[in-house]
Amino acid sequence: MTTAHDDTASRPGAGEHLREFLRAGAVFILLFAMVVGFTAAQPAFININNLMSILQAVSVVAILGAGVTVTLAVGGFDLSIGAVAASSVMAASYVMIVWGLGAFATIPLVLLLGAAIGFVNAFLIVRLKVPDLLATLSMMFLLTGLQLIPTAGRSISPGLILPDGTTATGAYDPLFLLVGRSSLFGIVPLPVVIMGVVAVLLFVLTERTRIGRLLFATGGNELATRLAGGPTDRLKTLAYVISGTLASLGGIVVAARVGRGDVSSGASLLMDSVAAALIGFAVLGLRRPNVFGTIVGAVFVGVLLNGLTMLNAPYYAQDFVKGAVLVGALALTYGVARGRA
Amino acid sequence: MPLLHAQALSRSFGSTRALVELTLSIEPGEIVALMGANGAGKSTFVKILSGVLAPDAGSVLFKGRPYAPSVPAEATAAGVVTVHQSTDLVGIPGLTVGDALLLNRFVDRREPFFVSRRRVRREAQAMLREAGFDLPVDRNFAELPAADRQLVAIARALVNRAELLILDEPTASLSAAESRRLYATLLDLKRRGMAILYISHRTADLAALADRVAVLRGGRVVETFARPVDFDAAIETMIGRPLASARPDARRADGDPVFEISGGRLLPGSEPFDLALRRGEVVAITGVLGAGKSRLLSAVFGAGRLAEGAMRLDGARYAPESPREAIAAGVAMAGEDRHRSSLMPAGWPGETIAETISLPHLSRWYPSGFIRPRRERAKAEAAIDRLGIRAAGPTASVWTLSGGNQQKVVLGRWEAEPGRLLLLDEPFQGVDVGARHDIITAIRSRTDRATLIATSDPEEAIEVADRVLTMDHHTIREGRAGAGARRIGEDAR
Repeated sequence: MTTAHDDTASRPGAGEHLREFLRAGAVFILLFAMVVGFTAAQPAFININNLMSILQAVSVVAILGAGVTVTLAVGGFDLSIGAVAASSVMAASYVMIVWGLGAFATIPLVLLLGAAIGFVNAFLIVRLKVPDLLATLSMMFLLTGLQLIPTAGRSISPGLILPDGTTATGAYDPLFLLVGRSSLFGIVPLPVVIMGVVAVLLFVLTERTRIGRLLFATGGNELATRLAGGPTDRLKTLAYVISGTLASLGGIVVAARVGRGDVSSGASLLMDSVAAALIGFAVLGLRRPNVFGTIVGAVFVGVLLNGLTMLNAPYYAQDFVKGAVLVGALALTYGVARGRA
Repeated sequence: MPLLHAQALSRSFGSTRALVELTLSIEPGEIVALMGANGAGKSTFVKILSGVLAPDAGSVLFKGRPYAPSVPAEATAAGVVTVHQSTDLVGIPGLTVGDALLLNRFVDRREPFFVSRRRVRREAQAMLREAGFDLPVDRNFAELPAADRQLVAIARALVNRAELLILDEPTASLSAAESRRLYATLLDLKRRGMAILYISHRTADLAALADRVAVLRGGRVVETFARPVDFDAAIETMIGRPLASARPDARRADGDPVFEISGGRLLPGSEPFDLALRRGEVVAITGVLGAGKSRLLSAVFGAGRLAEGAMRLDGARYAPESPREAIAAGVAMAGEDRHRSSLMPAGWPGETIAETISLPHLSRWYPSGFIRPRRERAKAEAAIDRLGIRAAGPTASVWTLSGGNQQKVVLGRWEAEPGRLLLLDEPFQGVDVGARHDIITAIRSRTDRATLIATSDPEEAIEVADRVLTMDHHTIREGRAGAGARRIGEDAR
C-alpha cells in the first residue's frame, strides 16, 4: 500500500516472501478468522446493525488513536488525550447547560479548547524542552482535576445546581445530540462517518503530503530534518495541536452520545487509543506509526470485544483480552521481523 | 603455522555474493591490512571472524584448530578481539574510564558481588600498566577523546589475552597526532607477538603499519602486497581501474567573491579571521578535531552563530538565523557523520534514496503540498547516474548502500537544486578510495557555486581543493596554495 511496504515485499527469496506476506497480512488474516468464527458461533454477529454498533463503539478510540499516531510520527507521545476528551465532554455540557449556547457555538468552542491544550503541550515540549511523556502526563493530571472545578465535582446535566447555589437553565441542544445519535441513510451512525472522515484526512496528510513527510522526518531524525531546513518546532507543535483537536472531537462524540457531562467519562480512552496506535504498527508489517493501521487496530479490538460479549464472555475479561492482543501484535511486529537482514 | 587461516570462505546475502571463496592467513606478530572498496566484503569477513555472521561455506583455522564462533563472546574467549569503528559503545557516559576498562569483568559471575572504588581503580591501573597505556582512570568516559576510547577497547582486548586484534577503521575520527600515538601502540603490540588485522582506507595508516596489504575486490583477495607496499598499484587493484593522478591543477578563481566573512570570531576570545570564497572554487579547511572547523560551518549554515563579525553572500548582508534561512539563500550543508546529520533511520519513512534527496526540496518540488513520488524518483535517478551511485534504484533504502554510496546520496541531495555555496563537513568519513574519487570529481565539476570543505585529513584536503586553509584554535591561518598545502600533508605522516 505504501512505498516502504512495496520495497520490502519485492526483495527476493521465496521463504522470505511468504514470511513477509504473513507479517504484513497477519492482522487482516486474524480479523477475517475472528469474523468467520464469531459468525459460526453466533449468526447475529454478522448482522449489519451489529457491525455498525462495533464501528460506533470504536469510533472515539479510533479518532483519538489517529491523534496519538501523529504525535508518535514526530517522535513524541501525547498522554493527555484521554483527559482532553473527558474535559471536552465536561466543557461541551457546561457550555450548553450553564451558558445556554447552541450546537453551532459549542462545537467550535470545544474544538478550540482541544487545540489550545495541544498548543500548551507543544509549548512545554518545544520551548521549555520538557520531555514529551512528562509534559503530557502532567497535562493529563491538570485536566483531570480542572474539569471538576467549575461544577465542584458534580456531573453536568440539565437542572445542575452550580457552586454558587443557582440552578443552570440550559439544556443539551438537540442538534448537538444528533452528532452522536443520528445515522447516515439510517444505517451508518454519524460517529462512524466522522471516524471515516478523520481517518481519510489524516491518512492523506501523513502519507501523501509533504507535511506528512516532514512530520515523520522530525520523528525519524530531528537533527537531520532541521539541517535540511525543516521547521521542526512548528511541525511538533502542529502534531500536538492535531492530537488535542482530535481528542476534543472524540469528547464531542462521547458527549453527544451520552447526553450529559459525566465526571468519569473517558477513563479508558487513553489506554485504548494508545493500544490501537501500537497494534497499528503490526498492520502491513510497517513497524511504525501509521493512521491506517491505527484505525484497523481499533476495529480489531472492537470486533474481538463485541464477539466475546456475544459469546457471553465476562465483562471483566475485557482488559485482559485487549492486553493480550497488544502483546501479541507487538511480538508479531518486532519478533517475527527480526530474521530480516 | 599461521595464527589464523581462512580457507575459501563464502557468504551471500540474497543474490549478493559478499564473499567468494576468500582465502587469507595471518602470522603471529604480523600486521595485515585489509583494503577494499565499499562492498568488497571487508565487513562481512570481519563479522565472520568476530562471530557475528556464519559463513555459507569454507572454514577458519585458528592456532591450527577449527574456529567457528557463533556469538562474539566466543570469539573473544578464543582470543580474537574486534575493536569497532564507533568507540562510543566501549564505555558508558557518566561512569569512569576505570569502569569502562573493567566492564566485562563486572558481568563475570566469578568476580565478587560488591565493588569498591578503590579496587576498580587498582585493577584498572594494573590493566593499563600491562598494556603500557596512560589513561586517566577516574575521568568520566564521556569526556575521553576518541583516540583514548580506542585505547580503552584495546586495553580490554589485551587483558582478555587476545592473540588477534581486529581494528575497523580505527583512525577515522582521529587527528594526525592521535593517529601517530595509535601507530606506536600497535607497533609495540606487534613486537609483543600480537597479530593485527587492520581495516582502513587511509594510505598513511597502512604505510606506517602494514607488513602486508591484502586487497579485496568482489568478495575475494585479488592480490597481496608485501612491504614496501606500492600503494598506487594497491589502490588501482582495489578499485579495478587506473587512478588518475590526484587532481588536475588547481584553478585560479577570480572575480567577486560569492561568500565573505570579515572580522569573524568563532569564540568571543579567539583571534579574528577573514574568509573569501569565489565562484567555482573548492576550498578545504583542515585542522585537528576541535579546531573549530565544524563550528565555522555551522555558523555559516545558520545552525550556530559567529561570536563576532559579518558575513556577506553575493555582496549582500547574510546572517541566517536557522538552516532554513541559509537554504533559502542558497547555502547548503552536508554535516559531519551522515547517519546523524542527514539520514532517516532504517525502516522509517524517508529512508529511500529518492526521499533522502528530496527532503530539503519538498516545498519547491511539491508546491501543492501533495507528494507525487514520480518527480523525486526522476531526480534521484538523475543523481544515481551522475554520481555513479551503486543502488538497486531510487526507492532502495539508503541503508542497503555502502558508506561511499550513502555519501554520494547526501551530495546528490544538495546538487539537486542550484546553490551559491556548498558546505561539506568531513565528506570522506567512511568512504573508500574509489567512491572518494567519484565524489571529488563530482564536487569539482560544479563551477556555478563555491564549495567549502572541512576535513581533518590533510591528504584529502589536497586531493579535493583548489586552496587549502588550516584552522587552529578557532581561527583560520591562510595556507598558500601548493607549497603550503604540501607541507601540511607531510605533517600528517
